[in-house]
Amino acid sequence: MSRLNENSLTLAEEIIKRYPRPKSALIPLLHLAQEQDGYVSDDAMRHIAELVGVTPAEVLGTCSFYEMFKRHPVGTYMINVCTNISCQLNGAEDLLEAAEDLLGVRAGGTTEDGMFTLEDVECIAACTEAPALQVNYRYEHRIDRQGLEALIEDLRAGKRTDIPPHGTLALVRQHLDPTRAAGIESPEQAGTPVWFARRQPAKEGA
Amino acid sequence: MATNAYVPHAAGYVDNEGPKVVTANFADPESFTLPRYVTSGGYSGLRRALEMEPADVAAEVKDAVLLGRGGAGFPAGVKWGFMPPVWPRYLVVNGDESEPGTYKDRLLMERDPHQLIEGCVITCYALGLNTCFLYVRGEMALAQERIAAALNDAYKSQYVGSNILGTDVSIDIVLTWGAGAYIVGEETALIESLEGNRGMPRLKPPYFPAAKGLYMKPTIVNNVETLANLPWILRNGAAEYKEMGSERSPGTRLVAVSGHVKRPGVYEIEQGKVTFRDLFYGENFCQGIRDDNELKMFIPGGGSAPWFFSEQLDLPLEASEIGPAGSMLGSGAIVVMDETTDAVKACHRVVRFFARESCGKCSPCREGTSWEEKILERFLDGKARMADIDLLAAVGSKISPSPYPAAAWEEEGLEAVPFPPRQTTICPLGPSSVAPITSALRRFRHEFEAKVVLDDADEENVDALAAAADATPVALGGAQ
Repeated sequence: MSRLNENSLTLAEEIIKRYPRPKSALIPLLHLAQEQDGYVSDDAMRHIAELVGVTPAEVLGTCSFYEMFKRHPVGTYMINVCTNISCQLNGAEDLLEAAEDLLGVRAGGTTEDGMFTLEDVECIAACTEAPALQVNYRYEHRIDRQGLEALIEDLRAGKRTDIPPHGTLALVRQHLDPTRAAGIESPEQAGTPVWFARRQPAKEGA
Repeated sequence: MATNAYVPHAAGYVDNEGPKVVTANFADPESFTLPRYVTSGGYSGLRRALEMEPADVAAEVKDAVLLGRGGAGFPAGVKWGFMPPVWPRYLVVNGDESEPGTYKDRLLMERDPHQLIEGCVITCYALGLNTCFLYVRGEMALAQERIAAALNDAYKSQYVGSNILGTDVSIDIVLTWGAGAYIVGEETALIESLEGNRGMPRLKPPYFPAAKGLYMKPTIVNNVETLANLPWILRNGAAEYKEMGSERSPGTRLVAVSGHVKRPGVYEIEQGKVTFRDLFYGENFCQGIRDDNELKMFIPGGGSAPWFFSEQLDLPLEASEIGPAGSMLGSGAIVVMDETTDAVKACHRVVRFFARESCGKCSPCREGTSWEEKILERFLDGKARMADIDLLAAVGSKISPSPYPAAAWEEEGLEAVPFPPRQTTICPLGPSSVAPITSALRRFRHEFEAKVVLDDADEENVDALAAAADATPVALGGAQ
């Protein structure tokens, strides 16, 4: 719906400088747009295209490849139930069924109040703690129907302040202090690091 | 330190008895903070490295025979040597762990981010480069957070950035993350993703990353666990590293054992010194199959690996032993399935993963994996005919020409077909989908047959089949 706001724009400009070529910042900037609006809007993609110097179609091309980018509004909480092999062996199908039942939507759907989107996802890397799910990419291990019911209740009651709304991933960002950075140049400008050249015996290459 | 114990703050990690290289700090709840890392000897490997010539650091790593822990098992030191003397050059850290069954890298990033950062700086120094990209899987919010915080602290304390530890050495590490695509774990797809593109693999040759990688410059792509070994190697030396594990596979490695075992978990084990039997039944490890059931089969190295059975239990966990036996150790993801498991269902579940995650670049994989999934669905939905069994094998052989790697089955006089498979595709994703199919068909053909309900010759049934195929719901998600 909207372009990047002032705060996002400041961050975007900082992020772009971190890469030897601006287009490399595309995925981080799409995450930034999703963090701002909860999904990636067409206007945000146009804005990102301007910022990194590519066409909006190229931004869409990248965006549409990656499953985490949602191009339409989704629930405040994205509940991703893993149904891959290790979770399946430990009751993931029952868990997904319970989630569909408790939320009243099929996998892929969003509840009418816009609170939850349910997804049936592939391995989320918590295989020994099966069955597992993620709420906005935060883990819930060895969870059953009762556990899920309590979790949904807590989320509805606003008790899970540790889980930010959909779109926000890491709560801590890397900050590259210009006075501490080594300095990132474009591949055309960059050469052998000075410190490395100093350490090379005159006769040898690498 | 507690031994053989469950470590609550590192859910999934089991602190069993044995030498520890990369999980040495996991028992400490605050292991991810800089002060704790430094107290436990952190960054002293980097100090030692900076006192050496870069080439000598690379030689030490080569001498340690540090095998890559991402899946292929190629020695890191040898890989480094493939870089031509061309600058700029880049280091890319592959933290895009998504192989079904795997999650050692997530624990390493969440529990000990400084160990990984130290490993990155050591590698950059050895290779004479000053820009490193640390690419973490998109779905791992906590890992991203911990690494971001650790990098901010490490920059402030001069372990990264300009003038590292007061020397003239200056190196940047940029944290970046993906957005949900298994294929980006493939190194050339990871590079595409880092360039801001759709994560589709590049053809090798000519695009071997060491020669033509990120921005077409020489690039080394190393796995998280591989680099996490470097601080220890630099601190203690290659000779001491080689005292652990076996001659061909020195050191330790992380394995995640999940599925039907009594104590699933991520274990650090000495390479080549532990057998699957030790791992599944040993007191120090998984302590047996759940409910004391019989073992039916196990996946020794992630969803992409051909299955093993009870006959392979006495093989040691060592790449050089597993390959000739018909499978791979891959990323150390072991999934154990007991006698109650439906082989067709398990096969379908793993195949569905590859169908969803196919990037769509190569036709045999794009079309083939979804057909494999559809045919397997017919068996589960009671819509299969006998001819579907051969059809399934035929579709697989278009992605990976037979014979496909498989375990020996002495009872039936079948010999092992060694790893790796052949492929008609650019990357191994498509061929990986054939692993569960070949494994299940070879060993449990009767289970497929038992699920056949339709007659091959009956035309009505052929129509019913077509209708069934039409009614197959479109898979959600996927990277298409």
